Order: sequence, then C-alpha cells, then structure tokens
Amino acid sequence: MAQTSETQTRSMLLNVGPSHPAMHGVIEIQVELDGEIIRQADVEIGYLHRGFEKECESATYTQCFPYTDRLNYVSPLINNFAFAEAVEKLMGLKVPERCEYIRVIMSEISRLCDHLTCVGASAMELGAFSVFLYMIKAREWLWELVENVTGARLTISYARIGGVKGDLPEDFVPTCREVLSKTRGVIREVDQLLTRNRIFYDRTRGIGCISAEQALNWGITGPFLRSSGVDYDVRKAFPYSIYDRFEFDIPIGERGDNYDRYLVRMEEMEQSIRIVEQALDQLPEGPTNVDHEGEVIEPALMADLGKFGQTRGLLVNEALIEPTLEGSQRRYHERVNADSPDDWLPPKEQVYSSIEALMNHFKIIMQGHGVRPPKGEVYHFVEGANGELGFYVVSDGTDRPWRVRCHPPCFPIMAALPTIIRGEQLADLIPTFGSVNMIAGELDR
Amino acid sequence: MAESKVLQRVRERFGAAIIDTHSALGQDTVIVSKSAIVELARFLKEDPELQFNVLLDLTAVDHWKRKPRFEVVYHLLSLANRSRLRVKAPVGGADPELETLSALWPNANWYEREVWDMFGIRFKGHPDLRRLLLYPEFEGHPLRKDYPVDKRQPRIGPQD
Repeated sequence: MAQTSETQTRSMLLNVGPSHPAMHGVIEIQVELDGEIIRQADVEIGYLHRGFEKECESATYTQCFPYTDRLNYVSPLINNFAFAEAVEKLMGLKVPERCEYIRVIMSEISRLCDHLTCVGASAMELGAFSVFLYMIKAREWLWELVENVTGARLTISYARIGGVKGDLPEDFVPTCREVLSKTRGVIREVDQLLTRNRIFYDRTRGIGCISAEQALNWGITGPFLRSSGVDYDVRKAFPYSIYDRFEFDIPIGERGDNYDRYLVRMEEMEQSIRIVEQALDQLPEGPTNVDHEGEVIEPALMADLGKFGQTRGLLVNEALIEPTLEGSQRRYHERVNADSPDDWLPPKEQVYSSIEALMNHFKIIMQGHGVRPPKGEVYHFVEGANGELGFYVVSDGTDRPWRVRCHPPCFPIMAALPTIIRGEQLADLIPTFGSVNMIAGELDR
Repeated sequence: MAESKVLQRVRERFGAAIIDTHSALGQDTVIVSKSAIVELARFLKEDPELQFNVLLDLTAVDHWKRKPRFEVVYHLLSLANRSRLRVKAPVGGADPELETLSALWPNANWYEREVWDMFGIRFKGHPDLRRLLLYPEFEGHPLRKDYPVDKRQPRIGPQD
C-alpha cells in the first residue's frame, strides 16, 4: 500500500469513566482530544441518583437523617447537622450550648477527614502514594473518634432535631486532643513531602485555573472559590451555630489553580484543628438532671419490667447502654437536646417507666404525628467541606416535608469543569478533577 | 414589620410584576411573575447597590393542586453586601415554561437541566435542555407530586 505524505488529523472522543480508577465515584467525562489536548468536554452525571429528594417527601422529618448521611460519604456529619439545623430554624428551636459545641467539634473533624481524603487521593494520582497512606492513616484516627461518638464510621445518623443522639463519651476530650496533635504531625509531614516537591509543583501549578470572577459567575463556593482569592466562607460571612466564638483564619489563594487549592486545603485543616481545640477548651458541661439514687440495670431487663407494668422505681434507674451509645443515657440526654419534649425522643429509661415519656415517644414515632414544623420554607446553609451546603425545606405543616432540596457544593464546580479543563492536557484532567473533590452521593442525590 | 431595603428597592423598580414579598425567618423573598424573571435577575445582578452576583441555587417546588402549580425558586447571594435573597416565580399550565437564566449565570444551565429533568419545567432559550440526572429514555418527571414514589421503570442499561 502506497503511503501518502500527508498525515490526516482528526479529533478523538474518549470516555473517561463512569467506572475509571481516577474518577472518584461514578461519573463520566467525555473529552474530545486533539492529540493530548482537550478541545471539548462534557460531564455526564446521575449514575448515583437515588431519589433522595423524592424519598424525603415520603419520610418523616426524623426519617430523613439516614438519607442525609449518605449524601456525603466523606463528611456525613456536616450534612446531618445542616439538615437538623434547617428544620430547627423552621421550628424556632434552640439547642443547648453543649450540643452546639458538639456539632462544631464533629463538623470540623469531618472537614478534616474530607480534606485529608481529597489531598491524599489527589497526591496519589500524581504518584505520591505514601502521602495517600499517611493521610488515610490520620483519617482513620479521626474516624475512630467519630465511631466512638456516633457508633458508626459512615452511616452515623447522629443529629436529631433539637439535639444529637448522645453526649460525648467520657474520655473524648483527651483522646481528641491526642488525635489532633498526631494529625497535625501528619499534615506537617505531608507538607514537607509535597509543598516543595518539584514533580507535584509542576503538575499542579498553573493547571486548572479559574479566576475569581469566573468562579463567582459559576456559583462556586468553598476551597475552590477561596483558592482564586475570594475570602468567602459561610462560617465567617454568615456565622451560624456558634462559629462567631472561635478565632480562625480563612486561607485564600491567588491564582485559583490546583496548587493553590492544595495549599488552601492544607491550611484549612490547621484552622479546623484550631477551632476544635478552642471548642474543647470552652466545652460547657451543662446540667445533668437526673437523680442517682437508682441502680444501673440492663436495658433488656428495664424493657421487660416496663412492658409488664412493673415500673416502680424504674424512673430513677439508669439503663446501662454499651459501648458506642455511651452518652445516650438519661443522665446525658437533657444536656444535648433542646428543651422541647414534643420534638425529641425521650431517653429509653423514661419511656419504659413513665406514661408521659411513653406518650411523647409514641407521638413522635407514630405515623401522622411526629415532629411538625409550622407551614413555611427555609434555606439553611453551612460551610461544607467543599463549599456551601444548603438545605431548602418546605413544610406544609404535616409530619412530612413537602419538599427537601439539597444544594450540593460540588454541583456548580462540576458544571464548570468542562470550561476549566478545555485546552489542557488529558493528563491534567486528573489533578483538576481531584481538586474538585467531587462527592457523587451529593452531586447525584 | 418594615420591609427590608432590598425588598423595597425591588418593589420600587418592578411594582406591578411583584406578586408578593416577605421576610419570614429573616430570609427576604420576592415572588415575581414569570414574565419579569429575566429582567429582575439582570437588575439584581447588575444594580450597583444590590449586587446579587452569585446564583447559589435554582430549584422548583411542586405545589400540587394549587394554581399555578409550580414555583421555580432562586437563591441569590450578594458577596459585597453579605446578603441573600430568594426569588420565586410561579409557573403553571400543562406545559410549564419559563425564560432561562443561563445567559446571565452559566451555572443556571445545569440547574435548569435538573429542574427540567425532575419537574418537567421547560426553560425557553436554554442552549441544551437535556435530562441531567436521569437517562434520556426515562418517562415522566419524578419530583412531580403525581409521580408515584415506588414506580419502577424498566429501561436501564445502555441503549443502542
């Protein structure tokens, strides 16, 4: 066959994903390549759509919590609290001080987990595998803390309307301080490995740039926006919960590229540690309103006695609940839950021993009763690990939300991704996509 | 309660097109007739005093059996003034339709695709109104209240 001297060029369409090792979650990016340069890109999402918003409409407010866990599988606590706070805002509930502190502490720990995962995974994709292992090691310590408090690592369902499931375990404060100082060590180690690393620098500096104006136009928030030099952080701009009580800085970048996003995330982890440390210092004890004359008995025995009507003396007993639910005994219940018995489940001890608590329990659990916010709508927003996380809840006055809308922080970033990666090399897609920290659970709902 | 400055200013400018305003739970809300939505959005974005430069969220609510049936809800943020505004535009009819905002804010593109996907509200002038989360062969719009929550659709998997 005779060879022609002219080479024909044509672009190639390449599917990256939906199941690809470098795609964190199921997502498809179709790129049109000219050699190695991306000419066009299209992002296809929805592979993880589970109908969260539809599902919430047929569940009671309390039943929505497990769904919110599954929105963000790296920092589920923030989603949990955000939804709880949205409903509380609608109802005008005020949670106790101690609960506010617990929420802040747990949120910041989640933010740490999220940033550790994001930086670790991005570094791994650029070849720094040990960084990934170091960071996952630190995340493991933090998740153990989360497990001690909530009883689960991921599917935590820890928030309640008007409070949290249980108080912190007894040894939480010293353990947490120790874990934080160890985590700080890991962050410093990673900083030494990556920040001045030639390969890492060359692969991330000047790649995936977005200007402040562009980022705002796309509605991008969080570290992605801050890397381009806008100091917008919900915790400072619209302080919710008790964030106005802590001293912390908002790191911002200059160029809005992947390297700046890495630096912003690294510094934010330090700031989160600062917030948690201050919160641990200020953590109020709060009243523990229970008399301790009774004995500590097995919960099963307590339930049996209650069922047979042998409630004499049960009210002063305390159920022994082990071990992950430490902090959910009656002794702790009141100091982490709002003072409105109509909205939170009474502690089990009271349910089995007093008619009032039993009625409250019944009314909250039974269909057609439950927590009933007044008619209205609310948009509550918090600073999630990736940006502003919002819940728009519309209530029609019944026990089920009329509409729950979750505004996922990575949604606008993914919408902007084709514009960001256009004109760059295919290999640079990976660090840019990594710095988005896309959470498919949230994106697809 | 006195109307906030933002609401006053919007009302002055768009008197007749504004259906209602309220500030329930401290969140300013404007309900505007759908014909004025683009004009209002442009005004809010470009007015030197208000500067609502970020479109944070765009969604819809199906008020079944109410007329008009749907409400498209916009959440705006003014970074300069650190203030927020909710804009709602009721749309109804058998084939609900609304002007697109994707020329003003590029991220409206995806949000509107999602609203089309979930509620079947059409955005006039949208450059690429495809389904976003669901697959093209999906029938119906699942976040409508008359779509049963347990309805199953068989066509999953790749098509030719």
